[in-house]
Amino acid sequence: MGATVKHLNPKDIRKETNMSLNRRNFLASTAALASTSMLPRVALAAGSIKLGSILDTSGIFDAYGKPMDMAMRLAVNEINAAGGLLGKQIEVKAYDTQSDMALYSQYGQQLTRQDKVDVVHGGILSASREAIRQTMRKTKTLYFYNVLYEGGVCDRNIFINGVTPAQQVEALVPYAMGKSGKKVYILAADYNYGQITARWIQKFVADNGGETVGVDFFPLDVADFGSTIAKIQSVGPDLVIAPLVGGAHLSFFRQWAAAGMKDRIPLASTTMGVGNEHKVLTPEEGNGIMVAYNYSQELDTPANNSFKEKWSAAYGDSSLIHEIAVSNYQGVLTWAEAVRQAGSLERDAVIAALETGLSIDGPAGKVMVDPKTHHAVLDVHIMEIENQGMRVIETLPQRQPIDTQAVCDLDANPDDNTQYEIQI
Amino acid sequence: MLMDLSIVILVEMLYAVASLILVSAGLAVVFGMMKVINLAHGEFMMMGGYATITAVNLGANVFFAMLVIAPIVVGLIGLVVERLVIRHLYGRLVDTMLATWGLSLFFIGLATMIFGNTTTGISTPIPGFAIGNYQVNGYNFFIIVVSILLLGAMLTILKATRAGLIARGTMQRSDMAAALGYSPDRIYMATFFCGSALSGLAGAVLAPLVGLVPTSGGAYIAKAFITVIAGGPSLIAGLFSSASFFGVVNQVFTFAISPVIGEVALLVAAVVLLRLLPQGITGKFFRGKL
Repeated sequence: MGATVKHLNPKDIRKETNMSLNRRNFLASTAALASTSMLPRVALAAGSIKLGSILDTSGIFDAYGKPMDMAMRLAVNEINAAGGLLGKQIEVKAYDTQSDMALYSQYGQQLTRQDKVDVVHGGILSASREAIRQTMRKTKTLYFYNVLYEGGVCDRNIFINGVTPAQQVEALVPYAMGKSGKKVYILAADYNYGQITARWIQKFVADNGGETVGVDFFPLDVADFGSTIAKIQSVGPDLVIAPLVGGAHLSFFRQWAAAGMKDRIPLASTTMGVGNEHKVLTPEEGNGIMVAYNYSQELDTPANNSFKEKWSAAYGDSSLIHEIAVSNYQGVLTWAEAVRQAGSLERDAVIAALETGLSIDGPAGKVMVDPKTHHAVLDVHIMEIENQGMRVIETLPQRQPIDTQAVCDLDANPDDNTQYEIQI
Repeated sequence: MLMDLSIVILVEMLYAVASLILVSAGLAVVFGMMKVINLAHGEFMMMGGYATITAVNLGANVFFAMLVIAPIVVGLIGLVVERLVIRHLYGRLVDTMLATWGLSLFFIGLATMIFGNTTTGISTPIPGFAIGNYQVNGYNFFIIVVSILLLGAMLTILKATRAGLIARGTMQRSDMAAALGYSPDRIYMATFFCGSALSGLAGAVLAPLVGLVPTSGGAYIAKAFITVIAGGPSLIAGLFSSASFFGVVNQVFTFAISPVIGEVALLVAAVVLLRLLPQGITGKFFRGKL
């Protein structure tokens, strides 16, 4: 009852963020400390590598952002403890965008023009990615977006390792329709992620011989779904698929269960659990919701078990780990491996190394960079939520991002700079 | 089938009206009676929600937490606020606005410090049930009942009790009330306590339906002000008539088109209404009623 995702003291994050000094403060503090014997370690690592991170670690998206931040720091600390990259230590420059899209452009500028970081990992909502993607491209700053999303971004400067609709929706829809029926109702968040994902769902529903009987979009602050629940019943679908996003939309799952609908019409989601939402819902509210992701805490593999141990050693317990935290971790590892192989931090050399089809073994299995799209080839698991965990039902190994592959070929068009959208 | 659907739509409309009444009642007392523009109204509701969740997590019965603990906790917070800030600002409309806006930021910060800037919640204590082929949220009925009881209680207290008479008299002519031997200072204090407690109650009762964050209050404040201002000078008749009007408009468009259009329709209706009836609904109809 009343389980929450608030095990982390916000003060700790603030403290850590403050450690990312800008150059002026750095000089000032170094000068001030020069007379003492307590030089901080960061001051010794002259010429260190700068990794920029830009995430919502407070505000309504913090359930996504905080564990992503923790995962990034875990990866960086591991790399640093093992001697760093190219003999240098990695220094983190992290900015908290406070779930405010306007701050992304501001901090994106700061990271690229003032801090001049070597790589940027971050962005959570697709809106935030699009807010900084062009800045990264213009300033030739290598950018990793480590979140599941609606697919289609084709840009040589960005690498994306989250699952796309072809990897996720294509697997989830037939499974969910097989367990329910042919008539599908879609409830989606009203911004680019929800809009485009809803179209993908419609496509895969049609491909599997089904019919989409209704689509509704909700702004991110809508929290009252009573009339929607009545409307769904008047249409009478066999299945509801809900790409809903954020804390306010969580109310839908609660109100759906409160109306007693959970046992009448099955529910699938492309986002439920990405921010560990299933741990905020009670088992009665969450059980049976069908999802498909790259990662689950319940994955019983040596890689995942050792990852959870490392996380627990660093943060006390592993309950905060979620899909996109693992994506962020795998993103940092992928970048680090590319730097090692390139033997350089220079952007074009690192991109060339990534484009060799480089792969890493992360907590969620093997993640390979697809050279033509800069997306990832990875394992996808179909799962059901059960007692606040995700029970793995079926594993689809090494799925290709075929949606983006169909429209994007960076090998042939290296100057492409488009987000392709599916047309229906 | 059609019959069932109309009943479901009717229930949803009643629920929309009831939740508007609930959300606006505290503000109607503080703004409608005392002419204090309380921009922290939403935060009083948010604190009511947190008081409920905390009490439930500590083992309290959920109904006791919602209906008793939360109103008392938020009422007491309101009391402190009144003593420290509001009482210096009676009659200074714009200043109360600035001060309560500051208070709202303060309470958001305080809740963030204590509870963290994350979504929390409790599940609804009443199971859903069927109307024909439809399942409806049983909790909606609870909110409808609470709103009816609330309006009834406000009407009884203001109309039939001596305390209500004194409060109304003081709001109209505090100098006359003082001349008759009542202390306006203490009556204002008590009224503000009641208004805050009502806000706390609203936040508490709505808490199981939403994911609560420290900034949740912002979602209610606009609707509450629109309802109270469109209601006009009569406290209860105004609250009831404008909540009914907006609730029905909102739900008609929600069912006919989409929830987003429903929200838009509510705001458009408010603009049109205030253009036609600048004094609010009870400025023209039900004049002189409570």
